[in-house]
Formats: sequence, C-alpha cells, structure tokens
Amino acid sequence: MASKGAISCQQLSKYFGDLAAVSQLDLNIPRETIYGFLGPNGSGKSTTIRMLCGLLLPTSGEAQVLGLHIPSQAELLKTKIGYMTQKFSLYDDLSVAENLRFMAQVYNLSPREQKQQLDKAMSVYRLGDLKNRFVGTMSGGQKQRLALAAATLHKPELLFLDEPTSAVDPQTRRDFWESLFDLVADGVTILVSTHYMDEAERCHGLAILDHGVKVADGSPPQLMEDIDAWVVKVEADEISRVRRHLSTLDNVISVTQLGMHLRVLLDKTISQPAVYVQQQCAPLNININASQIEASLEDVFVMATRASHPAGMAA
Amino acid sequence: MKSWQRLLAVLRKEVWQLKRDRLTFGMIFGIPIMQIVMFGYAINTDVRHIQTAVVDQANTQLSRNLIADLQASQVIKVKYQRQQVADIEYLMKRGKVKIGVFIPEDFGRRIQDNNRPSAQLLVDGSDPIILAAAQQLTALKLQPHTKPLPRQAKLFEVKNYYNPERRSAVNVVPGLIGVILTMTMMMFTAVSLVRERERGNLELLINTPISSMELMIGKVLPYIAIGFIQVTLVLVLGSLLFDVPIAGSLINVYIISLVFVAANLTLGLLFSTLAKSQFQAMQMTFFIMLPSILLSGFMFPFDGMPKAAQWIAEVLPLTHFVRLIRGVMLRAASIPELFPELGILILFTLIMLVLSVLRFHKHLD
Ligand SMILES: Nc1ncnc2c1ncn2[C@@H]1O[C@H](COP(=O)(O)OP(=O)(O)OP(=O)(O)O)[C@@H](O)[C@H]1O
Ligand SMILES: [Mg+2]
Repeated sequence: MASKGAISCQQLSKYFGDLAAVSQLDLNIPRETIYGFLGPNGSGKSTTIRMLCGLLLPTSGEAQVLGLHIPSQAELLKTKIGYMTQKFSLYDDLSVAENLRFMAQVYNLSPREQKQQLDKAMSVYRLGDLKNRFVGTMSGGQKQRLALAAATLHKPELLFLDEPTSAVDPQTRRDFWESLFDLVADGVTILVSTHYMDEAERCHGLAILDHGVKVADGSPPQLMEDIDAWVVKVEADEISRVRRHLSTLDNVISVTQLGMHLRVLLDKTISQPAVYVQQQCAPLNININASQIEASLEDVFVMATRASHPAGMAA
Repeated sequence: MKSWQRLLAVLRKEVWQLKRDRLTFGMIFGIPIMQIVMFGYAINTDVRHIQTAVVDQANTQLSRNLIADLQASQVIKVKYQRQQVADIEYLMKRGKVKIGVFIPEDFGRRIQDNNRPSAQLLVDGSDPIILAAAQQLTALKLQPHTKPLPRQAKLFEVKNYYNPERRSAVNVVPGLIGVILTMTMMMFTAVSLVRERERGNLELLINTPISSMELMIGKVLPYIAIGFIQVTLVLVLGSLLFDVPIAGSLINVYIISLVFVAANLTLGLLFSTLAKSQFQAMQMTFFIMLPSILLSGFMFPFDGMPKAAQWIAEVLPLTHFVRLIRGVMLRAASIPELFPELGILILFTLIMLVLSVLRFHKHLD
C-alpha cells in the first residue's frame, strides 16, 4: 500500500467560463508525507483541492486518489479522506461536542468508536474545556483546532487542509504542525495549502502555483538549491535610494527591503553578483556593502511567480 | 443500517439547530396564533349599521314593526326607502347598500303561512362578513306588538347575491390550517439547504458519505412533527374561539395534515435546491403563497373561478388540502372517500422529493 502514491493527476484543468483556475496540472504525491501548495491568492489551490476531493468536476484531465479514479469514484473516496475547508464550515449554532458527534455519526462510527474518537480529539486538540461552547463564540484559532479535529475523527488516510492556520497565532501554528507530523507518523498523507513560507518549508514536497499553473515543485531544500538566481544582501546608508536605483536595472529580478538592508535577486548570467552590485551602485556615491547569501524559500517563491509580479514589486 | 445512522445524524442536527433558532421557533407558534386571532377578529367583527335599502310594499303596522325591529338590532341602517326590488338591486350594484329588505304586498297573509317565508333579505354576499350578519338577522323573531303570531316558517328568506357558497367561520378555519401550514412549512425547508450553502456548511457536508436522499429526508422529518404541533394548535384555538366542530374523525384530520405537511416540505426543499440565496428561496415561497391563498378555494369559491385559474389551482397542494380538510371537518368524510385527493398530494410529495434529490448534487459546480 504505502509504496503506491496517495495522489497522482495528469493534465488536470478547471475552467470557470474563460478563466483557467487550474491548467494542466500534474502531481505525484507519495503516501505518508506532507505535501504543500504555495501560491498567491487566486492561484488555484482551493480549486485543485476541491477537484481532488471530488467536489468540483475537472474540465479535463483526471486523477487517482488513494487508488480511486476521480471524478468517477468520488463517492467511494469520501470515507477515506478528511477535508478542512478554507472557510470554516462546521456549525456555528452547535456546540463543540455536538459538531463532533454529528461528524462522527455521519461517518458511521460505532457508538464505542464515537466515544473513543471524541475523547481523543478533545485531548489532542485541547478542546476539553470548550466542549459545551457554541462554536460561533470561539476564536479563529479555536475554530481551526476544532475543524482539524472534525476532519480527522473518522481516521482518514488522506487529509486535505486548505489554509488551516490562516487565523492562528505563531504558537498555535507550531502546535498545529506538530499534530500534523503526528498524523503522518500514524500513516496519514496530508495535502496542505498555505501562504506561510515557514510552513511551506516544513513540507516534504511542495508545488508552487501561479494563475492555475504549477510553476515549480520539489522538496524545499531542492527548490532553494536549484533557484535560478543569485541572492545578494546589500547594506548601505540611504538604503531607499539604493533600492530605487537597483530596481531599475535589467539584470535585477527583484529587490526587497528588510529593515535596514536589501535582498536582491540577480540574473544567474552574471558571474560575480556581489561585485556587480557594488559596481552598479558606484554612480550613487554611497558606501555600500554587498555579499552573496543562500536563497530562501521566499526567494524561490518570488522567482517562480515573478511573471505576474514584475521586478521591484515583490516587496 | 448505515444509511439510517446518517439520516438520524442529520435529523438530530436539525433538531439541535431548531432548538436554538428563536426566530423559527417563534414562527412555529406565532404564525398560527397570529393568523387565527386575525381571522378571528375579522369573523367576529360586530358588524353594525350596514347600509340598507327597504322596499315595503305591504306598508302595514306589522311590516313597519318589522323594519323597526331590524333597525333596533343595530345591524342594519336604513338609508333608502324604495318601491321596487329592482331599485335595491340597482343600489347594490352601485355599492350603495349591502343589504336590501323586501316586504311583499301580501306580507300579512304570508306571515300566517307555514310554508312560505314572509319577507326577503337581499344580501351582497361577496363580503362574507355581511353574509354572516344577514344570517344572524334571519334568527330574528317578529315581536308580537299587536297580537300573538302563530310562528312557523322562517320570517325571512335570505337571497344571497354574488356568493352562493355561503361561507362562514366554520368554513374558514379548516382552510386556515392549510394556509398556516403552507406559510410555515414551505419556508422552513426552502431556506434550509441554501442556508447551509450561505454559511459555508455545505462544502463540508457534501464531502461526507451522506447521500442526497438521506440529507433530504433527514431535513424533512423534524418539521413534520412541527406541522403536527401547528395543526393541534389551530384546532384547539379554532374550537375555543369559534366552536369549529370536527364532524369527521380527528385521526383523519391528522392523516391528511401529515400528507399535506410533507407536500409543502418537499416543495420547499425543491426551492432550496434551486435558490442561490435565502432571499431567493423566500421569494419563491411567496410566489406560491399568494396563488395558494387566492385560488385554492380558501378565499373564493373554486367553482366561481375561470377555467385557467382552476387549472393553476389544481397544481397547488393547498387546493387539494382545502377540499380534504373541509371534507373531514365539515362533512365527516372517510379516508376512502377522500382517496383521490389524498393520492394527488402523495404523488405531489413524491415528485417533489425526487426532483429535489435529482437537483441536489454533491459537488460545487
Ligand atoms: N466557483 C467559482 N466560480 C468562478 N470562479 C471561481 C470559482 N471558484 C474559484 N474561482 C476562481 O478561480 C481562481 C482560483 O481560485 P482558488 O479559490 O482556487 O484560489 P486559491 O489559490 O485558493 O486562492 P486563495 O489563496 O485566495 O484562497 C480565482 O481566480 C477564482 O476567482
Ligand atoms: Mg483558497
């Protein structure tokens, strides 16, 4: 079982009228890994997840999810997957316990399993104190913990999480990811979409989407190593002037100001990037200090999605 | 087995939500009470001083006494004294009077006659309240101002213009059960699926193994119980406020109400699968409400309507229910006698349910 992939799709596309929300997407996601979708707003992350769950019919292409053909066998897939929607979708007018019980019953858990799984969810996702709270009165992070608990009640083999941590504080996010790794250790495969670089970096595999197209994929270290640009850190007085000047140059892909220094992505055709930046800034008569550094995942993201974000606009 | 468990899960969830939904809960009790009290006032309105024309062809002491008695009852107010019945009809047509009193020349002789009414009340029956008031007048006994009268046949014969069906409170209340159920039941289910969509619950729900049929039935069942509460409420209020009798068996009243409730719930469900928002769903229910009230025979007699209106009415569940409930409550009809109408409602329910299940897809496009 574990040897076969959890998800694979070929040339998966979805059009809404003329808009290509997802186009010709190929994916291969191995089991028991966390696979991330990274992409700007409207890049097709949610649409892809919905197609893989069988909630949206692809315009063309097909997918195999847990060995089932999608969309034709979508109903068989339902009991094997859990889906945490981007927008909170449990019932605001029910209590935490009622929501969980409803989900457990809809998934046909036996009374014994129900009790067992509910107790487990209460402790793992720290919902015990909130048991009788109406969900509508809970905070964003509490709701997201509940949503994850609900999505995992029936012990799915595959979890789809659509921006599961968009509303939670950093500490809760850390806890949340820890519980994701626990799930993976128990044999679950997770597909997660995110806007956070630190989260993306924790995934085993990653696909960067832009305008419905997969513009890069691989493991995060691999992606950072393979980046098609130099990264140069620039320190200087009058940093804003330097930034404006560098942004106008053809070989500069992007300039990002981070407090008192700049992070500059340069075309790989340049042989000595640090020296190049020094030379280019000479006419400004400003004392600058440029040094080449390692690429980060954010640099990878900027490179991959630059087609829609022209140089100098990335910040 | 599994299917049952899922169905029950939906049912239980609906009940939990219902318990907390004050507005809906208020509607369950509020609408029946409000409606029946509203109609109650309309029906009980003490009608006084109805504009009346009198044609007294007898013009005797006795006939003048009669007119004086009628005036003394304060129900009518004599506005016109005329010579011909045709004058009354003319005035009535112009809307100047609602009631005409016609006392024929041979009034003195008629009053001794057991077989013939002595005088005529001409009534604009298009207003049921006027008609009811006129009916009251016929109960009037001529006071023996001069000599005792050998009483006998009716003093008045009521000649009813424009509304031969002679409806009364007794006729209205059974139909009112139907109107109340239409208002509330259809609305409950019409918003139910759209609400899940609007609140974002649907995306989660359709990702579970629940089937469309389980979802639909789970959503309909709790409201059937609510329908029963409403039927009971209207029956109790109806008998307390208006002494509405139930000629037939109570069980039959509940059986036909059950079928009618199911018909409305499934129709509402179909709207819910068609509507894009709760507002749209509401509009759709109003689109059915108005013709239901106007064409079903609840307000206006069915036979008096043009053919086209009758055809439309046949499609509306309320039309069949009004016939059924009047049959049971007023004529003590038994279920076998009612079967054709009942069959139509059952068929309607099944068609709506199937259409809803077909319309509802477990995906988002
Ligand atoms: N039901 C729909 N009808 C029409 N267009 C849609 C629909 N759903 C999504 N889209 C469009 O498809 C594109 C991709 O949307 P999608 O929700 O998949 O993006 P996303 O990557 O999840 O974005 P976000 O980060 O904002 O959640 C967007 O341009 C969106 O407007
Ligand atoms: Mg999204």
